Amino acid sequence: MSQNPSPALEELSIYDLSIPGRRASTTPALEAGLPSADDVLPAWALREESPHLPEVSELDMVRHYTNLSRKNWSIEVGAYPLGSCTMKYNPKIHEQTAALTGFSRLHPWQPAEHAQGALALIYEMEQLLVEITGMARATFQPAAGAAGELTGLLVMRAYHESQGSPRDTVLIPDSAHGTNPATVRLAGYKVEQIPTDSRGLVDIDTVRNAMSENVAGLMLTNPNTLGLFEQEIEEIAKAVHSKGGLLYYDGANLNAIVGIIRPGDMGFDVVHINMHKTFTTPHGGGGPGSGPVAVSSRLEPFLPTPIPGFDQATGKYFWEEDRPYSIGRVHGFYGNFGMVVRAYTYLISLGADGLHNLSERAVLNANYLRSRLEGTYQTAHPGLCMHEFVLTAKKFRREYGVRAMDIAKRLIDKGFHPPTVYFPLVVEEALMIEPTETESKQTLDALADAFLEIAAEAVDNPDLLHDAPVRSPVGRLDEARAVRQLQTRWRPAETAG
Amino acid sequence: MDYTPHTEDDIRQMLDAIGVDSVDDLFAPIPQNLRLGRRLQLGDPKSESEVFDQLHSLAALNRATDRLTCFAGGGAYDHYIPAAVRACAGRSEFMTSYTPYQPELSQGVLGAVFDFQSMICELTGMEIAGSGLYDGAAAMNEAVHLASAATGRKKVVVSRAINPNYRQVLDSLGDSLNYEFVTASAQAGVTDFGDVSGAAAVIVGQPNFFGCLEDVRAAADLAHEAGALLIVHFDPLSVGLLESPGALGADVVIGEGQCLGNDLNFGGPYLGIFATRLEHARRMPGRIVGATVDVHGKPGYVLTLQTREQHIRRAKATSNVCTDQTLMAVTASVYLSWLGPKGLRELISRCVRLTHLAADLAAELPGCRVRFDAPFFREFVLEVPGSAPEALLALAANGYLAGPSLEAFPGMENCLLVAATERRTVAQVEQMIKSLGQVIAA
Repeated sequence: MSQNPSPALEELSIYDLSIPGRRASTTPALEAGLPSADDVLPAWALREESPHLPEVSELDMVRHYTNLSRKNWSIEVGAYPLGSCTMKYNPKIHEQTAALTGFSRLHPWQPAEHAQGALALIYEMEQLLVEITGMARATFQPAAGAAGELTGLLVMRAYHESQGSPRDTVLIPDSAHGTNPATVRLAGYKVEQIPTDSRGLVDIDTVRNAMSENVAGLMLTNPNTLGLFEQEIEEIAKAVHSKGGLLYYDGANLNAIVGIIRPGDMGFDVVHINMHKTFTTPHGGGGPGSGPVAVSSRLEPFLPTPIPGFDQATGKYFWEEDRPYSIGRVHGFYGNFGMVVRAYTYLISLGADGLHNLSERAVLNANYLRSRLEGTYQTAHPGLCMHEFVLTAKKFRREYGVRAMDIAKRLIDKGFHPPTVYFPLVVEEALMIEPTETESKQTLDALADAFLEIAAEAVDNPDLLHDAPVRSPVGRLDEARAVRQLQTRWRPAETAG
Repeated sequence: MDYTPHTEDDIRQMLDAIGVDSVDDLFAPIPQNLRLGRRLQLGDPKSESEVFDQLHSLAALNRATDRLTCFAGGGAYDHYIPAAVRACAGRSEFMTSYTPYQPELSQGVLGAVFDFQSMICELTGMEIAGSGLYDGAAAMNEAVHLASAATGRKKVVVSRAINPNYRQVLDSLGDSLNYEFVTASAQAGVTDFGDVSGAAAVIVGQPNFFGCLEDVRAAADLAHEAGALLIVHFDPLSVGLLESPGALGADVVIGEGQCLGNDLNFGGPYLGIFATRLEHARRMPGRIVGATVDVHGKPGYVLTLQTREQHIRRAKATSNVCTDQTLMAVTASVYLSWLGPKGLRELISRCVRLTHLAADLAAELPGCRVRFDAPFFREFVLEVPGSAPEALLALAANGYLAGPSLEAFPGMENCLLVAATERRTVAQVEQMIKSLGQVIAA
């Protein structure tokens, strides 16, 4: 492999604005009495020149990043109906509470004595998550959902080993997110895939047949990625538990059921929560997230170290470090604490009533949008959905040569972010749509109108779809070329070739 | 306050369109016997002012570095974050966007991350950088995966002088994959690697967790002779003065990017830096932004080499990482643009000079000494008479935060780290040392 020259990236990179001698930074003036760096550092370790960073004025820099940001869609620009991503409004108050310097300037090595407010928040947040999930205890160390999955599976592994019954396989439905099988491998297990049946659900007999003393457990997203609730969950749980297995809840779709039904009451033993989804910490263009893991009481001894404790006698919070069965630490410090502050702010704002509204209206919005599109578009599975639904564009592909991606890209021209496409893998030409509860009926109507216009265009003038988008900062990008002619860093134009 | 816009009239119209009588009917697929059947015990909804005041009170219970003058280090540093960096990286277009799977609507995040990758290549001396991982510990863990895949080996030699929390993470996450972690001692403050034969990787810090400078070139030679990769955990600001790990022979360079414009945040969100040589590109974890052109030949950016990733490759992916720390990478890109090459050198020089002043003064205190003779960089290990954790608490009572204490290292119960950033002044250093003298005398 080699790095290829730039395809004329002028003005795209801040390096293109760089003029030697310009700068934005200021440094405090040096005081008398300081030793010189050259005197205190060994010559063998030093370099002659500083690394090649851009040399720009502060205004150049501010304009560059401001203009870049204007090429980006965001929840504050418009609707973002990405299925399984739960792109709801991120309240502004969360940014203010997370920015309180008592939190934002707290050093991670500070002793618990200095961090009583932070520990109290983590401790109270744990109580809230335990109540919402129906579990016993939780850890906030995992920095995102996939890290939560790995933590949960390692907890399961430690449990089985403590029972003298190490196992080698984890069951996963074929509709699952890719992180599930990737995580199973990292936890040292083999993946056995469970096929989705004609209803779009996991079939109880298939689970019964797959379960054995070698199976550590089943990872399930409920509602699943088709937006359907696994109705036989009680029997599935029995089938898994009867062979000594554990049931893992992937919280990616928790937004559908908060305050309605709890994973613990469904029989799940481990839950991870994507706080950047259900509890609306901003997704940051791809992160940070936060993926706390909650477990039932029999798995509590295996949770990562440390976990917060509260001493009734002194009224002080502390870190409990001495946990002999713990899987150990899974994050450099305590996880993405700043995101925990935001999610805590959200939960105490909403309270029980607000959380109940959240899932009811998420499901209402999804079903309303589905009802407006059904008939023109084909749903992957008929009937009611939960917080999201999946359309299939296979008819459009067959009859008009229009693919799911074409519909998605045309939506950009209509002023919306596309839904998730080509996922779940079990649906041909999938369009996966999750409007979330914070969108209004008017927005949903406008989105539905756009989808319906596109369906008509697919019949009358499919090239409008093939050529889309035309109203975005760039047209369709050549992803194959990006791999073939790999360029992942800026290079000056004169060295091209 | 629940941020939902629905009026009673909206709800009625929507239910009619769906063809059901009530919202409850929509939940028909959920078995009645499993439902909660009550409201969650979460308290009543609160107004925004009540919420803010409650959080403000909680924050006020912390004695953070807004109230203590910070001389703490250990991988997280109290650097100043410029207003322009906060303003640019805090733009809601960056903050409230999703992963750039639809590149036509994501050129902002993709462009900022491409520049981040470019700058990280410059800092590390590597050929390709990823868009960032959860934190330095996660980056170290992923580097072990890469090295094991590249060499087909399971043994990893880890310097004692790395962040002890990182080592715990390696142990926790490596056990199920049968990695064998071997600790190389660091009695004199720098690593004594001993026998590295049969290793997939050798891991060393530059500077290391004790602040000391390692002979990276010798470590690279040792690793390469044994057919192992050299993984260097570096401080991204250090290379304003120090030679880059890549120039000294590192194969994978990882690091903690908190110091690049990100808040201390009690340990997160932080930023795991990951960079390597091109020959290992297809074994890298996580997202990578690449340049390309659109259908009209106009340049633009996309996520590239995606066949490594979990959403395509599933169980065969190089890593399970999906959501990462993109906003922290965007922040780092802005911060490094603000610093520029001269600012970087000035900033880290000031940190080094203030830290060495602190070391010179501390060494004069009775019963205190700089623990190691090896050259140190922007922090140093101070040995105090008596318990280090107690000394730190007493120092904090006087308004100064140093540390961490190093009781995680056997034989170093009376040791602590001291670091000065560019925010400190000569007067603050002198006052802190004076205060430390009083604490020790008491």
